[in-house]
Amino acid sequence: MIIASKKPIEEIIQEVKDYKRLLILGCNECVTVCEAGGKKEVEVLASTLRMHFIKEGNEKKIEERTLERQCDHEYLEEIRGIVDNYDAILSLACGVGVQFTAEKYHSTPLLPGVNTCFLGANEQRGMWTERCQACGSCILARTGGICPISRCAKRVMNGPCGGSSKGKCEINKELDCAWQLIIDRLRDLGRLDDYEIVAPIKDWSTERAGGPRKVVREDVQV
Amino acid sequence: MSLRTLEELKASGELRTSSKLEAILKMGHLAVTSECGPPRGSDPKAVTEKAELIKNHVDAINTTDNQTAVTRMCSLAACIHVKQMGLEPVLQMVTRDRNRIALQSDLLGAASFNINTMLCLSGDHQSFGDCKQGQNVHDLDSMQLIQTVRRMRDDGKFLGGDDIKRPPNIFVGAAANPFADPFEIRVPRLAKKIACGAEFIQTQCIYNLDKFEEWMRRVRERGLHEKVFIMAGMTPMKSAGMAKYMKNRVPGMDVPDEIIARLSGVPKDKQAEEGINICVEAIQRLKEVEGVAGFHIMAIEWEEKVPEIVERSGLYPRPQV
Repeated sequence: MIIASKKPIEEIIQEVKDYKRLLILGCNECVTVCEAGGKKEVEVLASTLRMHFIKEGNEKKIEERTLERQCDHEYLEEIRGIVDNYDAILSLACGVGVQFTAEKYHSTPLLPGVNTCFLGANEQRGMWTERCQACGSCILARTGGICPISRCAKRVMNGPCGGSSKGKCEINKELDCAWQLIIDRLRDLGRLDDYEIVAPIKDWSTERAGGPRKVVREDVQV
Repeated sequence: MSLRTLEELKASGELRTSSKLEAILKMGHLAVTSECGPPRGSDPKAVTEKAELIKNHVDAINTTDNQTAVTRMCSLAACIHVKQMGLEPVLQMVTRDRNRIALQSDLLGAASFNINTMLCLSGDHQSFGDCKQGQNVHDLDSMQLIQTVRRMRDDGKFLGGDDIKRPPNIFVGAAANPFADPFEIRVPRLAKKIACGAEFIQTQCIYNLDKFEEWMRRVRERGLHEKVFIMAGMTPMKSAGMAKYMKNRVPGMDVPDEIIARLSGVPKDKQAEEGINICVEAIQRLKEVEGVAGFHIMAIEWEEKVPEIVERSGLYPRPQV
């Protein structure tokens, strides 16, 4: 899923301070699971902002709403009737949701309330870690199911580099060396000989480098 | 390997490039290289003065490429200064800062100055350097850079498939760290670099001689020492403090406690001398290891000591090519 983290409250206050009527818009998908932008976080943020502005003598109308998804036309339509009641929307969705909402409601200022971080998993309670950089051309079959692009600090395709030490990465002793993980898994799978297959020069055109991407599925289009 | 003259070597048709390092290694000499770290400024003297200190005692001089990810004069410009002194530069190139367009372009630039030797590396992560907030590129990795250079040289082709007019004539090297983890793939990793086209290797600084010799034993077991020239990396310690720093702070470095104890066991003003002694003894021991084809002496900001190390190690005079 998409992992996001809350923006510092000072930054949010700075962004919203000039708007009198504010809608805080949560999303019931990834940001709910990673506890950054679901209904609960919308409530907490709304209360915090209300209190802050009352204390400042700058009371605002701050209302809450959480949609099933902000990356979907269907759910975004649910707020069409109320959008004009607000001077701005503070969206707690990922960057996709913020932009999709902005595209739909062109004349309403849209502000992000979270930082969108990466594609990751919930490794343990309160901790999410990166697993994928959406390179558009998956190589996991060749790397023991562990991605060197998202998990190696140098995205080395033929690793490990010389900085792997006791299973950890040179940039941070807390960080697992992706190539150590790959080698351990290949060994456990009885496929350590595969290590010596040279990974070819990667075609990065399916990644960010190739420009904004699009997936078209004619078979499911209506 | 028995020594051959340059004429014999040329007649054998085994020379692939005009690299002086290639010739010396293939003639069967123990080669000696050292390095000049380019300055954090634009004064060419910072390069040429270092080169002047070591020029009679080494066969080729590496110029490092923004080592430890700290911004410096570029490796290619430093190589050109070395070349213009009539010496043999080794262009170090890291894949951290440039994509495949820039890497190929710089290779052609180097070749246009008849720079004939290079070393392919991935480079330290930028978080160690002065631009922690910068991007890294890693479009290619170090093995893919080796492949790229070999393709450009041997096939005369760009990665994109087009022909190169006057392809680069470059002897290609790579680094190897016999001490990094996991140890079990250190030799397979070397094999992989050789498969990609590496012709010589400069290793990480060696302090743990037993572990290096074990690595070399495994290298010989697979016959890899006959497919690539392995130059042992040596860095003299200036002090016990430096040894501790290298042990604890430098990634992938294996400094045994005996080295630290030996340096700590002499007065501070004698530690540098003891560091040189340790380095010379290590070279003398490793000279006897089958498959060691030479030494890469990285006397970091201590270039003036290179002549003494080379002479005391019995590696002087250098062969004339």
